[in-house]
Amino acid sequence: MTELDAIDRKLIRALARDARQSASALGKRFGLSQPATWRRIRRLEEAGIIRARQLRLNAEALGFGVTVFLGIKLATKGRVSLEDFERAVVAIPEVQTVEHVLGMYDYRLRVVARDLPDFERVLRRRIMTLPGAGEVEANVLLSEERLPGPL
Amino acid sequence: MLFVKLAKNGKIMLDDVDRRLLRYWQAEPTLSPADLGERCGMTAGKTARRIARLEEAGVLRGVGAVINWAALGYAVEVSLRVTLDKTQGNAFDSFLARARQVPEVIEVQTFLGRVDVRLSIIARDMAHYQDIYRSRILTLPHIADIEALMHVARIKMEAALPL
Repeated sequence: MTELDAIDRKLIRALARDARQSASALGKRFGLSQPATWRRIRRLEEAGIIRARQLRLNAEALGFGVTVFLGIKLATKGRVSLEDFERAVVAIPEVQTVEHVLGMYDYRLRVVARDLPDFERVLRRRIMTLPGAGEVEANVLLSEERLPGPL
Repeated sequence: MLFVKLAKNGKIMLDDVDRRLLRYWQAEPTLSPADLGERCGMTAGKTARRIARLEEAGVLRGVGAVINWAALGYAVEVSLRVTLDKTQGNAFDSFLARARQVPEVIEVQTFLGRVDVRLSIIARDMAHYQDIYRSRILTLPHIADIEALMHVARIKMEAALPL
């Protein structure tokens, strides 16, 4: 594990909030030169601590009015391989995230749709027909917030 | 000049160029306006103006770095699905206000459905998780029921919107 100092932590927090800030602007804020800041960011990326950059889009403004989280239990464990299910589920464009979990469900999916009828279409045509899909629980997202975490 | 077209419901109208721009940018969020413009066949200036317009209209909220907590030593991630005691009028607000104060809570979502609130919690290991769960989570107000889903693997990450 990479050892982090206080400045690294500040950099991670700042970039999580806004990844478009330049190394020189960040450096000025934290009392570092532009090259030193750039090297630190580079190191955080290479250590895999900053995994990616992500656009934060307002799904609703783009016409995706409904986000639903699905808990899916596989019906026929053993007969249908997890790989078959996973391969099919990641190919569905409306499915944004797929997590393999332990507990009362096997998978947790985040699904976007234009509205509830559109969601029903995705559910019936795409989700219910997945190889091995059994019990499905749906919860409609009302609000969400990401917190900075223990840095 | 910035020119924003609004639909009847007051929402911003995106044209094909906006959609193309967002598609390319979602696929490669590290692209600069100049590189992004090149892919969409626009000048850097025009691209920057489009981006500014999308931000002003609230379509684009920003670009953020995604933190890999596992690489920072947080090996455990648990999804806690909470049902609240809704006979208390302020159950949601007081639960959420207190949950936000737990540093290991990295995500809070509210739902319409069987689950009221979901918290994403990270911990260094199972012992650390047990400690957070007992001392910081079970002490949150108005909990009627909690179910835990232990995170095993991420198969698909926060993918792009299907624009």
